[in-house]
Amino acid sequence: MSENTTAKFAVHDLDLFYGSFQALKKINFEIMPNKITALIGPSGCGKSTFLKTLNRMNDFVEGCKITGDVQLDGQDIYKSAMSEIELRQRVGMVFQQPNPFPKTIYDNVAYGPRIRGIHKKSDLDEIVETSLREVGIWDEFKDRLHKSALGLSGGQQQRLCIARTVAVHPEVVLMDEPTSALDPISTMKIEDLAVEMKEKYTIVIVTHNMQQANRISDTTAFFLLGELLEAGPTQEIFLNPKNPKTEEYITGRFG
Amino acid sequence: MTELKNESKVRVEVDQGRIQRARAVDNVWTVIFYLVALFFLLLLFAFAGYVIIKGFTGAKPEMFKFDRNGVGNYFFNTVYLVFLSLLISVPIGVMGGIYMAEYARDNAFTKFLRIAIETLSSLPSIVVGLFGYLIFLVATNSQPNLLVGAICVAILSLPLMTTTTEDALRSLPPSYKLGSMGMGATLRQTIQSVLIPACVPRIITGVILAAGRGFGEAAALLYTTGSDTNIKWNPASWVNPSLNPFNPLRRGGTLSLKIWTSFTASVGAEDIANLSSAILMIMVLSFSILAHYLEGRVKKKMGETK
Repeated sequence: MSENTTAKFAVHDLDLFYGSFQALKKINFEIMPNKITALIGPSGCGKSTFLKTLNRMNDFVEGCKITGDVQLDGQDIYKSAMSEIELRQRVGMVFQQPNPFPKTIYDNVAYGPRIRGIHKKSDLDEIVETSLREVGIWDEFKDRLHKSALGLSGGQQQRLCIARTVAVHPEVVLMDEPTSALDPISTMKIEDLAVEMKEKYTIVIVTHNMQQANRISDTTAFFLLGELLEAGPTQEIFLNPKNPKTEEYITGRFG
Repeated sequence: MTELKNESKVRVEVDQGRIQRARAVDNVWTVIFYLVALFFLLLLFAFAGYVIIKGFTGAKPEMFKFDRNGVGNYFFNTVYLVFLSLLISVPIGVMGGIYMAEYARDNAFTKFLRIAIETLSSLPSIVVGLFGYLIFLVATNSQPNLLVGAICVAILSLPLMTTTTEDALRSLPPSYKLGSMGMGATLRQTIQSVLIPACVPRIITGVILAAGRGFGEAAALLYTTGSDTNIKWNPASWVNPSLNPFNPLRRGGTLSLKIWTSFTASVGAEDIANLSSAILMIMVLSFSILAHYLEGRVKKKMGETK
């Protein structure tokens, strides 16, 4: 299998301000395709903010200003003609709190394809089934596709949200602390799922759980107070960190 | 260790007598508040009970008929007029609420808009009726009809629909909107496919409340709908459109107007007026209770899912 060495996301001199507060300072980073990149750091370090610049979800925060470049496959996502609609179709997101729509399981997964203009029942049936199979919940859900998604447990809801995200065949899946609200078994299932998913998608995951980053990610980036202090292959970051602050965080001296 | 007791020179004592008096006053006021609550209940029961009982005890069977002498046609007009007014006020009101919740920015224009909506909701209904009379009847040289009355009632229920929709949208978890827009949906798609469907129970409650208020509307209809009604239920008579019950451009007195005319016009029409009052009271009460019941069910359903 040949390694693709062109970056999926290329971030150059990114500064982000919430009003007068600078949340991200001169971030330079590359995210490689078909890998899991973990963003770690203590609360308030900017890792979630950075994640949200990748699919322009920061646009919804009033007073948010960005300077610098963020490129997806070489195209600037803020300055070029690419609409944020197209961007979010190509870059999906799974949130910290599972957020299924108040609809049936079927309608949740079919939501994305429907807004893309797919309305034929047989097409939607096929997409719903493959998406649920991909996430490993088809057998669990196949007999209750037309029941409300709100009746599911937290772990099931989160996996449904992942199925909903992949139903539109994105290129990148962003995950913002996807397991922090879940029990250990659901966490394990989703971690295994992420590892399987990197074959088809590029995964960027924010996590405050260092063991999780160590378990599943290929690359790890350490954020502190809005700066990207250190990034590299996960094994190196955890076994041989170069920045003393990275080592302090990893060994639990703060966090 | 330093002494932790308060060092002030003024002693704050525990005075048993003062405590007893405070508790006695507290008890007295508790009773007073309960009495006030009881007063409200008694007022409603006495009022509603009197009207309903008086209305039905004086009623003769032929009053219930759908003809010239009965209240049936007025009952139909009341329901039909409110239905027409909802056809106007619900779409416009809901869209207004969507604008206020999802599109309006935090600026002077929005503040002014909010004041305008609030003012609309406190317009005197007789003024709205006069407005309708002047603009729709005098200017177009028309006869009083149901449609103009419906428009006036719609104007009066617009603010309620707008506020209901706006509040319903604002009370939704922000995760719905973020989840939908995060998938590349536009705001319009998000509103149409996720947000409004999630608000439907609350909006329906608002519609029922607006309907209940519309039933009792009188002042706005005084000059606009015409207080008598002559409709025939035999389709053969509908050659003359003013006899067709479903023609909105015909005169259509409602129950509230029947009460008005029965008291001011002929003597001995009191029984009809009382019956009309009783029926109107029942309609308003039942819709109010229905709206509250639905509201409770919505709250329960939302609570279960949190």
